[in-house]
Amino acid sequence: MSNRLGLQTLTFSKRPRLHSSYTIVGPIEGKGPHALDFDEILPDDVLEQKTPEKTERLILEMAIEKTLRQRNTKAEDVNFFLAGDLLNQITSSTFAASTYGMPFLGIYGACSTFAQGLGLASVLLEGDFAAQVLVGTASHYQTAERQYRYPIELNVQHIASNQHTVTGAGVALLGFDHEGPQVTHATFGTVVDMGLKDAQDMGSAMAPAAFSTIKQHLNDTSRSLEDYDVVLTGDLGKQGRKMLRLLFAQEDYAGLDRLQDGGSQIYSEGQKAGAGGSGAACIAVMTLGYVLNLLKSAKARRVLIVATGALLSPLTVLQGESIPCVAHAIALEA
Amino acid sequence: MKPKEYQKLVQDNSPPRPLLKNMLWAFLVGGLICTLGQVVLNIAGRTENTKAEASAVTLAVMILIGTILTAFGVYDEIAEKGGAGAAVPITGFANTVTSAAMEFRREGLLLGMGAKMFIIAGPVIVYGILSGFIVTLVKALVLKLF
Repeated sequence: MSNRLGLQTLTFSKRPRLHSSYTIVGPIEGKGPHALDFDEILPDDVLEQKTPEKTERLILEMAIEKTLRQRNTKAEDVNFFLAGDLLNQITSSTFAASTYGMPFLGIYGACSTFAQGLGLASVLLEGDFAAQVLVGTASHYQTAERQYRYPIELNVQHIASNQHTVTGAGVALLGFDHEGPQVTHATFGTVVDMGLKDAQDMGSAMAPAAFSTIKQHLNDTSRSLEDYDVVLTGDLGKQGRKMLRLLFAQEDYAGLDRLQDGGSQIYSEGQKAGAGGSGAACIAVMTLGYVLNLLKSAKARRVLIVATGALLSPLTVLQGESIPCVAHAIALEA
Repeated sequence: MKPKEYQKLVQDNSPPRPLLKNMLWAFLVGGLICTLGQVVLNIAGRTENTKAEASAVTLAVMILIGTILTAFGVYDEIAEKGGAGAAVPITGFANTVTSAAMEFRREGLLLGMGAKMFIIAGPVIVYGILSGFIVTLVKALVLKLF
């Protein structure tokens, strides 16, 4: 069990690398403060497709295509494709997977899916079960609204803690053959349920999960927040970010200035996106866009990605259940 | 931290809803929609013979306006500001039906649009009829007794 640290952390001595990656975002995200970090900004969020579900699938396929092309990787040389999204039966991922014929493992962790994928890909690589693993996720504002909320044109007044699902896709190819940021640790989180029931405020529900995973990661690795240049949580949104800081402050943690949140940062104040971004693509594009740029330009040396997911379903919300949440942490080094 | 303690912490740190601002906007937007309805009613009153006919025409016109504004993606923007002021008048009712029809059109005319058109308006109809029944029942009983 030499690859384990403490209770929940895995350590990767072979240090799988992110060879190549590609991020696509919708036009709204493309007007946000991180526009320059993304590889592609879509002119519109329809792309001449008949349904938003088809559009979501298409942008995932576009991101896969571009990621593979960067290192001239053939789909048959990819040993596993790990992907998930927010739709029932993760259909965007399965339809995209059917296009390429790579061995496919569908995963679901709501908005934490991408970190779950990065962690599992690293495990497969570290264990010599694979030479190259592709990880991807996508989300679309309109498909998520229909899956979890109301018709797009319905008369709904949004409140401050509402988040806006990011339209986009993020795909990364991991392996050992080329240069790229290294995955050093993964801490898979436990499901945390504080009994909150308000599906309009998922940030507050997810914050304790992020707190629990980060705390466990720091304990397991004997590190502090200050050992990381950035600790990027995703997509807590402004309300969740506030709650996470309160939780850390209550236990007198130092280095709260290292905490950043993908959801809170992806839109600017004027964009009327409520508490910020959410959706499976949010942390994916922020990691593969913003964080990789920080690592490449040596503005950061070591970053912890903490992807959070609210594991509710529209059914459990209607039945008055609470919101179980999870967070997975991935440590990246330049 | 225990769930109860955290729930309290969230409660104490949730962003307050701008109630006064929301009420003011609801009053303005709702008032404007009703004023428009009154204008239509006054015009209809000249062309129609009875008051009932005039109000039927008005309802049809207001529903049409709500539907068109929904189809062009404007009504949800009005509701974002106006809240209940946009949701309560009959234009809001038209919006619930139209938005659902638009949303579920892609699953086909029958099992998509046809089946789900009233997914949001449905409860309004069900409980509207139920409360109408109860009020009528009470009225009938009261009239009989006294």
